[in-house]
Amino acid sequence: MYSVKEPDAGTPERQHRPALGAQPEPGVTLEIDGVSVEVPRGTSVMRAAAQAAVRIPKLCATESLEAFGSCRLCLVEIEGRRGYPASCTTPVEPGMRVRTQSPALAKLRRGTMELYISDHPLDCLTCPANGNCELQEMAGVVGLREVRYGVAGKNHLAAPSDLSNPYFSFDPSKCIACSRCVRACDEVQGTFALTLEGRGFDTKITPGDTNFLDSECVSCGACVQACPTATLMEKSLIAAGQPDHAVVTTCAYCGVGCSFRAEMKGAEVVRMVPNKLGDANHGHSCVKGRFAWGYATHPDRVRKPMIRAAITDPWREVSWDEALSYAAAELRRIQAKYGRGSVGGVTSSRCSNEETYLVQKLVRVAFGNNNVDTCARVCHSPTGYGLKTTLGESAGTQSFDSVQEADVVMVIGANPTDGHPVFASQLKRRLREGAQLIVVDPRGIDLVRTAHVQAAHHLKLRPGTNVAIINALAHVIVTEDLHAKEFVAARCEPLDLAKWLAFIREPKNSPEATAETTGVPAETVRAAARLYATGGNGAIYYGLGVTEHSQGSTMVMGIANLAMLTGNLGRPGVGVNPLRGQNNVQGACDMGSFPHELPGYRHVSDPEVRALFEAAWGATLDAEPGLRIPNMFDAALDGSFKGLYVQGEDLAQSDPDTHHVTAALEALECLIVQDLFVNETAKFAHVFLPGSSFLEKDGTFTNAERRISRVRKVMPPLAGLADWQTTLALANALGCPMHYAHPSEIMDEIARLTPTFKGVSYAKLEARGSLQWPCNDAAPEGTPVMHVDAFVRGKGRFVITEYVATSERVSRRFPLLLTTGRTLTQYNVGAQTRRTLNVVWHDEDLLEIHPHDAEHRGVRDGDRVSVTSRAGDTVLRAVVTERVQPGVVYTTFHHPESGANVVTTENSDWATNCPEYKVTAVQVAVASELSGWQRRFTERQEAQHGLVALRVRSKP
Amino acid sequence: MRRRVPRIYVPRDSAALSVGADEVAEALARAAEDGGLPLTIVRNGSRGMFWLEPLLEVETPEGRVAYGPVSAEDVPSLLAADFHHGGAHPLRLGPTEDLAFLRAQDRLTFERVGVTDPLDLDDYAAHGGLRGLREALTLSPEQIVEIMVRSGLRGRGGAAFPAGIKWRTVLSAPGDPKYVVCNADEGDSGTFSDRMILEGDPFVLIEGMIIAGRATGANRGYVYLRSEYPHAEAVFTAALDSARRARLLGPRVLGSDQAFDLELRRGAGAYICGEETAMLESLEGKRGMVRPKPPLPALAGLFGAPTVVNNVITLATVPIVLDKGPDYYAAYGAGRSRGTLPFQLAGNVKRGGLVEKSFGLTLRQLIDDFGGGTASGRPVRAVQVGGPLGAYFPDSKLDTPLDYEPFAAAGGMLGHGGVVVFDDTVDMGKMARYAMEFCAIESCGKCTPCRIGSVRGIEVIDALRRGERQAHHLTLLRDLCDTMLHGSLCAMGGMTPFPVLSAIDSFPEDLGLTTPAERSRTSPETSPER
Repeated sequence: MYSVKEPDAGTPERQHRPALGAQPEPGVTLEIDGVSVEVPRGTSVMRAAAQAAVRIPKLCATESLEAFGSCRLCLVEIEGRRGYPASCTTPVEPGMRVRTQSPALAKLRRGTMELYISDHPLDCLTCPANGNCELQEMAGVVGLREVRYGVAGKNHLAAPSDLSNPYFSFDPSKCIACSRCVRACDEVQGTFALTLEGRGFDTKITPGDTNFLDSECVSCGACVQACPTATLMEKSLIAAGQPDHAVVTTCAYCGVGCSFRAEMKGAEVVRMVPNKLGDANHGHSCVKGRFAWGYATHPDRVRKPMIRAAITDPWREVSWDEALSYAAAELRRIQAKYGRGSVGGVTSSRCSNEETYLVQKLVRVAFGNNNVDTCARVCHSPTGYGLKTTLGESAGTQSFDSVQEADVVMVIGANPTDGHPVFASQLKRRLREGAQLIVVDPRGIDLVRTAHVQAAHHLKLRPGTNVAIINALAHVIVTEDLHAKEFVAARCEPLDLAKWLAFIREPKNSPEATAETTGVPAETVRAAARLYATGGNGAIYYGLGVTEHSQGSTMVMGIANLAMLTGNLGRPGVGVNPLRGQNNVQGACDMGSFPHELPGYRHVSDPEVRALFEAAWGATLDAEPGLRIPNMFDAALDGSFKGLYVQGEDLAQSDPDTHHVTAALEALECLIVQDLFVNETAKFAHVFLPGSSFLEKDGTFTNAERRISRVRKVMPPLAGLADWQTTLALANALGCPMHYAHPSEIMDEIARLTPTFKGVSYAKLEARGSLQWPCNDAAPEGTPVMHVDAFVRGKGRFVITEYVATSERVSRRFPLLLTTGRTLTQYNVGAQTRRTLNVVWHDEDLLEIHPHDAEHRGVRDGDRVSVTSRAGDTVLRAVVTERVQPGVVYTTFHHPESGANVVTTENSDWATNCPEYKVTAVQVAVASELSGWQRRFTERQEAQHGLVALRVRSKP
Repeated sequence: MRRRVPRIYVPRDSAALSVGADEVAEALARAAEDGGLPLTIVRNGSRGMFWLEPLLEVETPEGRVAYGPVSAEDVPSLLAADFHHGGAHPLRLGPTEDLAFLRAQDRLTFERVGVTDPLDLDDYAAHGGLRGLREALTLSPEQIVEIMVRSGLRGRGGAAFPAGIKWRTVLSAPGDPKYVVCNADEGDSGTFSDRMILEGDPFVLIEGMIIAGRATGANRGYVYLRSEYPHAEAVFTAALDSARRARLLGPRVLGSDQAFDLELRRGAGAYICGEETAMLESLEGKRGMVRPKPPLPALAGLFGAPTVVNNVITLATVPIVLDKGPDYYAAYGAGRSRGTLPFQLAGNVKRGGLVEKSFGLTLRQLIDDFGGGTASGRPVRAVQVGGPLGAYFPDSKLDTPLDYEPFAAAGGMLGHGGVVVFDDTVDMGKMARYAMEFCAIESCGKCTPCRIGSVRGIEVIDALRRGERQAHHLTLLRDLCDTMLHGSLCAMGGMTPFPVLSAIDSFPEDLGLTTPAERSRTSPETSPER
């Protein structure tokens, strides 16, 4: 049997959470085909039957969707009831006696199936669903033997297919109108892109008056997942045929960390299907994780190590040994010439915990310094700092599931429907159930108003004024006496609280006083503050719109203050929740990727901590913090930093002020890049070590809710080595051998050395699926909600958050503020998603500009415009839209040639150096040609592509 | 003594309008003006004697005198005959109340229809209106529910579920808000009683809905009106306006502490939206598609809130029950069918119209005594009661009493009280096909037996009528009916087999079935009564 199908109980689980201290509600006991079964109240007869191992035929029912009752195959007989109730829509009752099989039921089911098949093509053998078709299976189950209606009747067999979506096809001739796709789009995804059109026999599924590609469909794949026939089907599966096995793994895109089943045919991925048992995603997915995995086998993948003496030289393919020996020799040469501190390493939030752990260990042990940093520097470093300072732990406080108990949700500087789509679907579901929404964002993100969701308040602030807003919200709550006095008295440092209360009461923090700065009317701020403070469970979700500012850390602390002030911490439904941009931002930070911290956020200057690691690693560790990424660039330019090992990170595209970054990279004598592709940074590299995708290695990722999930190898590394093996080999070449036979052994070492990971092991992950740290003796099953009885630091600390305007201000020369963000279909620098069919939706970065500002400058929709800041200029195509407010322009940063970071400046967060990507003063003007930088970029790109294409090939 | 200005009643009911009532009213007004003759023209509802429409009435000291059917061309001769004072004329029918068709009826729900000016609230009150509501405002919700239960009033939309029991469920259901929804999506062929209330006595429905709201804790109501009733929409909308102005609707109904308001919503031409759950979906702005039950709308109805869903006639009957008391109402009727049902006589019948009558008379009495037999004068061959999903009764069943239980026992259903008569020229094969066709056109498309079954039903009946492989197709048709009957999600697909099977069983020759084997009785192997 080739089937990789999973069991499906037909209707959703009904859980009854007892109120605190109450007895759990007793279940309902009934009898199905003579088997007694006890289930929670509200469970369907169908699900109860599944629990009793009684299988009832079904087509329109699936456990991810509410019962619908349309297919009529699941009819049963219930003692004392007339007729044949549908088991999917009939809730259990105590003492109910159900019969699922009888001659009458068999005849009814066969009669219904005969109708289905009278309007269905009989091409089962050549149908792509063959082997995994519920209709085919049910025809077999009910024993359909003939279709007496013949083939001459009215039918849909000639209905044309819609092949417009790059990833799946829609073949309405195979549709049974069960509505599972429509319901999945509504209930699971919350986009409401699909509908039923027409009546009776003419009923058909449609994405509106258009095709799938041009419709509101966001290609999350929920409809394809839900379809019981070949109507909605992955094109990859149509091409490959049914998979022969499936491996559970974790998505390598955003910080939601969805669990997937990689459905495989040998070592070839047939499709990625969201895992119903996934704790973060519960069987849902987005277009990236579900479909955009083709980059893993893209022809651009480099499959052999390469070296070159100068970046103007062609690349030369070499053996792993030669590449690693060359790299090691260069690093040692540089250290001998420029000193121990002249080299460093950068880890990536895209790599696994084990990989990042190894890189920081390599830097500390083999390089002998603390010059290790991570790309979290440029995204969530203020989160680490701010939450550690106020609450005591550098992490979000909740599970994603916590949102199901939230009553008021405040989204600050995040765009979940684009950046964290699977969480956004869960959030939208809660909002449709009646929770209230407050959006704090300079831009009209989709959540402000989308299908069946409307924000109660949108605080459309000026970029760079977050702290003024958060202070004003707190001011209202304190001065209107809405704060949780008992909570703060019991849980927070009294002295800090008193000082803070005095500060926040100051009239300068009132919404009236800050309105001019923020651009948000005082009444809106007051209403939002009242709602958050008094509307029940209040939960804050935030993103890079909070952290990537000169006051990023201040804002994170301001958020923590607000949550403490209202008692919205320490239970489900509340909390402070950073939405992490990349799959393993949390993990990369946890693993000691910072120049000042060892794994578990312990400072390198602490002799006890150092002693622990020195004993384990058999090396002497530097007590001085090393260089942060921006310091590395500065040091490279002043000649004291010459060698850099970069794993899975594209500094040249990601980091702000591109001119500065590329000059620094050019100044290096040895740049070692380990990546899947020759990315922008690799264009400045001397050693290229081919990386392995998440499909090619074992490891773990830690998502935004501190959830550690397994990444599993489903195919061998294309270049022969998994990333962790490459780092080991480099350590070996540097004369510091490390001995691990498998990533599980690396995790064992992490667990030994890190208190919050003490209880984590691959064996336990295998058994539990995933674990949320802290996972230790005190919490052997992990910790979904933090700070329950006390804060990690003991008492919560209110920190004074004085608003200080950024030095980046509009002026006559630069009268507009540029802010940046992401789009659904592309991921960060786009190295992965640009190498997939996702480019169909977003093949260039565009500049959003308000009609008013556009009018002033004579800019029309689609015009090329220059965007100039004091750092540099670039040219983009304009979109005139009221999504942005007057005075603000916006772009995404997924394409290197867009040069978004040519424009951004060197400004950064005062505490962590996280760049101020979100505020740059610019001027916009109609442009006729590309910018100078873009022309040089194109030249360099062509030259470097040539050097890759002309590489001296090694013998196969 | 000065003679009063003559009052002439010219109906505004759609049935009267369709045969020229507006033209008559216009001609009358013009002639009066030209002749300097003072006349008051009142646009009333219809008395329900459609063969006499436009039926004009004149107020005389002896009571109202009827003339009809009147056309615009008759106006000069009528005026010449001093009809406005009751003068003799060939169209004079005598005192309206003495007309046998009316006199033999039990007009409770329809007591004011055709009598009053539908938009005159004072006229409404002068004829007994608002007495039920005033009584209800002195009672607790529980007391009102108790009265409703005791009255025995059952849902007049077709399902005949006891209204009081339904109200009790809504009253005891936890939830706020709650709603009262009036189903005015009167879509059955040959039915018009809802429309006549909406056009002829709209305040009685408003009054009934307010009482329902008070009884169940609902402060908001909706009337879901079919789109094909533009005149009803106009009258009811105007009635709502004057009810609000008169504080009959609003935060303090008639000065009491009871708040109630209601809204008229128009459907979009879908028969299925007369099914209560599809109607709720439609009211919520969604595609009109049937919901599974449970949950009952009484517990989770409109927008998920506890909801009373009743038909127009049910709600319009509430005021008289409250006014005259449950025993008065329950004294009418037979068996478990208490009170009256406004039957609607249509099709091939000499005297079509509305007959409100106590339950218990036979179908034959209704057709012969009230209807006067067929319009064509030919023998009655088949009668369909209860709309397009009702069984066709042959002559042998015409003595069945019009009473829910005996009628169901005979394989029929009273439904909403529509009665459509066919003479002996009818092709019952065509009618069987029509039943499937109706279902195919009106199916919401949700459940498979109805969505695909109705189309296959047409095809199989066509094959039978063409005489193709009759035994095969007859078996197939019976199997299909069985699947639809027991497998459909709602009554639409579930009842479509009734007219089909009754046509096969009672009129096999019309489907070309002549051999005894082919005539074999319907005996679905899977009977619903187990």
